[in-house]
Amino acid sequence: MSVSDAFTRAKEEDRAALVGYLPAGFPDVDGGIEALTTMVDAGCDVIEVGLPYSDPVMDGPTIQAAAQQALDGGVRIRDVLRTVEAVAATGVPTVVMTYWNPVDRYGVARFAADLASAGGAGLITPDLTPDSGADWIAAAESNDLDRIFLVAPSSTDARIAMTTAACRGFVYATAVMGVTGAREATSDLAGPLVARTKAVTDLPVAVGLGVSSGAQAAEVAAYADGVIVGSAFVRTILDHPGDRAAGLGALRALTEDLAGGVRGA
Amino acid sequence: MTTAWDADERGYFGEWGGRYMPEALVAALDELDAAWRDASADPGFRGEFEAILRDFANTPSPLYHASRLSEQLGVTVLLKREDLNHTGAHKIRNVLGQALLTRRMGKKRVIAETGAGQHGVAAATAAAYFGLDCTVYMGEVDTRRQALNVARMKLLGATVVPVSSGSATLKDAINEALRDWVASVDHTAYLFGTAAGPHPFPSMVRDLCRGIGDEARQQCLDQLGRLPDAIAACVGGGSNAIGLFTAFLDDPEVAILGMEPAGDGVETGRHAATISAGAAGVLHGARTFILQDEDGQTQESHSISAGLDYPGVGPQHAHLAASGRATYVPITDAQAMDAMALLSRTEGIIPAIESAHALAGAFDVARRLADEKGPEAVVLVNLSGRGDKDMGTAIEWFDLDKPTGGPVG
Repeated sequence: MSVSDAFTRAKEEDRAALVGYLPAGFPDVDGGIEALTTMVDAGCDVIEVGLPYSDPVMDGPTIQAAAQQALDGGVRIRDVLRTVEAVAATGVPTVVMTYWNPVDRYGVARFAADLASAGGAGLITPDLTPDSGADWIAAAESNDLDRIFLVAPSSTDARIAMTTAACRGFVYATAVMGVTGAREATSDLAGPLVARTKAVTDLPVAVGLGVSSGAQAAEVAAYADGVIVGSAFVRTILDHPGDRAAGLGALRALTEDLAGGVRGA
Repeated sequence: MTTAWDADERGYFGEWGGRYMPEALVAALDELDAAWRDASADPGFRGEFEAILRDFANTPSPLYHASRLSEQLGVTVLLKREDLNHTGAHKIRNVLGQALLTRRMGKKRVIAETGAGQHGVAAATAAAYFGLDCTVYMGEVDTRRQALNVARMKLLGATVVPVSSGSATLKDAINEALRDWVASVDHTAYLFGTAAGPHPFPSMVRDLCRGIGDEARQQCLDQLGRLPDAIAACVGGGSNAIGLFTAFLDDPEVAILGMEPAGDGVETGRHAATISAGAAGVLHGARTFILQDEDGQTQESHSISAGLDYPGVGPQHAHLAASGRATYVPITDAQAMDAMALLSRTEGIIPAIESAHALAGAFDVARRLADEKGPEAVVLVNLSGRGDKDMGTAIEWFDLDKPTGGPVG
């Protein structure tokens, strides 16, 4: 299943898609699955399962803390794949967001095959651009997987064209020049970047980095096909240590708020 | 002029190197690559760099015939005295070049990462020299074991940011500096401290450090009328080593040796011997040898030398190792500290612990060459830095604060 199906359905409802992220194994593997399925239940259209990594260059302190907690808990790639399998079983397209070395080490072809077997839709690769990603593009092709590369406000038009040409599923537009993390104001760089991206591709364009509320989601949904939220979800769990029910409750409330936002509420 | 040893257009040395970085930084890396190509082809830039090195950094550094050590080892030992450079290490060459390039690019702020603090001190020095704002990221563990260098950086006007994430050492300082750079790239240059990282850093840092080898090669010819039989340097990320090696790559009669930090011993798992015991992977933007587990998670490295305590290595070293042109040898903490003591007592030179790794390996090679070739054999060692910054570690290791303590090497 390609993620693009979820964007198509959202478009038919004249709204943006809500894309939700949590790292696998956070707060533990089963707890992470419960959290992600709660997000599905409360209105996420697409799920990103993060593969926790020791050196997450693009992540801010919130996601890094969650990933570190998962690593400290012993999460392994097989747990990430188990998480994908459980979430994909809900019927919501599920992609993995991962830094490149774990995939490289696991074996690109093997990873692609195992991800496809688990029902995963594809990969988001924050530190792999298409010009360094020939092996992955080939493996994705063989396994009918989406490849979601990032465009940034600093990308040249030529690079946006090159990147979108290599994407399948959707294009991930990083709204700010900076790392992940909730921000009080949405970026004024995102709109122009989405416009530049849409000028060269028919793929859906989703905006990530910084969105944490329904109001912000509504703002972004006005010009983008999808709204990606990560740190704000992570925060709801980090803020309720030792009280899983309260964390899941806060997670559900936030998802509903954001789902309302992408519907222009 | 490019040679067979240079990276290709995309920054690959054979299969090693490249650029595995967030798209947000690609434009900055392209800008840096273009600026560096332009500057390095500009005689005006090169002349200014050479003048600053000469007048401010005190290069060329001497090539010193260590006669007492030579007598002891039975071969001629030459020391490239990078420890006599301003700020006490080879690092000043790299940062002055990158800071000069920063000024040429019109940027006003620099960031850097540091392990032992030598690169941080050098970066803070270069920033002061050129009037640039400077922020240095340093692992919290390293700020404790290198407190003197933290003070030096602050006195030079830099902001030192302790990094507590991950293992709180050099690799985490690099991660944090990269995060800063993603958010500040329009007005900030990243003075990368070693010949690792994404293209063009491995090539640029090598070229800025290659004066070490160019000088040493000519000095050796001038002093002895011949090339050395072997050259040796320590390898953490590998900037001083690649700076030395580059001049000798096309001299097949010269054995090229890189000494890796083996910590407690490669077999113990507590080491930073990346080439000897690592596996191919991607870290900090380059494909190279890294210490990692079977899931690709970076493993913590260990070395008594904070400057070598890095789980990756510059990609050109990976290429030189894979191609067989250079040999990389693990040296334990104990071997390095013995060499530190030996040089101190034999020649009156206290080396940095980094450099002591190079010495320890070179001593082994010297003993072998003495058997094979006798006193005519020549071993050239890069003394990449001085040991003042490491006195705290030396005091602890040798019990120098006890009335009867002292090295016994």
